[in-house]
Amino acid sequence: MAERHPLFMPLVLVGGLIFGFGLGFSHMARPDVVLDFLQFEDFGLVFVMFGGSALVGVTYFLAPRLLGRALLTGDTFDRRLKSFDRNVLIGGGIFGVGWGLSGICPGAAYASLGVGNVTILWAIAGMFAGAYLQGYWRS
Amino acid sequence: MVTDPLSLQLAADLFPNGISRYAVGGLLVGLGVAVIYLGTGISAGASTFLESTLSYVSEKSRFQRYVSSRDWRIVFTLGIVLGAAIFAATFQSGVVSSSLYQPGTTGQLYEVGGVTLWTTDVQPWRLLVGGVFVGIGTRVGKGCTSGHGVCGVGSASKTSIIGVLTFLAVAIVTAQLVAALGVSP
Repeated sequence: MAERHPLFMPLVLVGGLIFGFGLGFSHMARPDVVLDFLQFEDFGLVFVMFGGSALVGVTYFLAPRLLGRALLTGDTFDRRLKSFDRNVLIGGGIFGVGWGLSGICPGAAYASLGVGNVTILWAIAGMFAGAYLQGYWRS
Repeated sequence: MVTDPLSLQLAADLFPNGISRYAVGGLLVGLGVAVIYLGTGISAGASTFLESTLSYVSEKSRFQRYVSSRDWRIVFTLGIVLGAAIFAATFQSGVVSSSLYQPGTTGQLYEVGGVTLWTTDVQPWRLLVGGVFVGIGTRVGKGCTSGHGVCGVGSASKTSIIGVLTFLAVAIVTAQLVAALGVSP
């Protein structure tokens, strides 16, 4: 791997800090609030996903036009496009069962640990076990 | 602006905690992604960390493909934990307040060294079993709520939009079923 810019890791850390602070502020780090959304008791989560994706959408649109290339790495700005196949449906369905049962998703689970929720370690252990199982089957 | 009583009542029913904490938090999540993207061109999602970190302990090819990104993914995840901890030390602890932030009533608060921390009421078995499904599903389905939900939808990716609609629909049915079976919280 080529030498990285000295600010690469600090930038990733700052991005993670803002991301995690946002998950705390929006209460997405609380599985109870996510379950309230899924049970139609509080629709606020829609604004989290919409707010996040809208800002990212504007960034993805403007960055290649205004900056040309990424500031630290000089890499091209690509959108996040994944190929579609039935795994997207199967995996999405399995993810949905887990999300609906627990109210947790990966980023929110890490943030949940940060707000003091030690109980979330059950979920983090579960996610690692699940990721390992599918990797074992698919390798 | 919504001013008539009926609309106000509807808004209060749909959004009992208002919308500002959700919208502001969502924008910050997006800003975190944008900062990394502007500097590196990388669309940072949260769930690849699970597999990339497993590459330290397993030689399986599924995990080894992420070796080149596994170091920064750990830094990103540590950032998420620390960022949430900063939220806990400020807004959650009441040291900082804002009209845009509405404290919640869920879970349990406790104090450690002057910082107000929070734990969930959701039962551990739900977190563990749900976590296993989330871990399998996010990797098979090529993304989670941040990869598909924020980065993918922000890219207007059809794959991601289908992925989000799929897991959203299944999660709603699952959560409603579990609640109907009397499991709470």
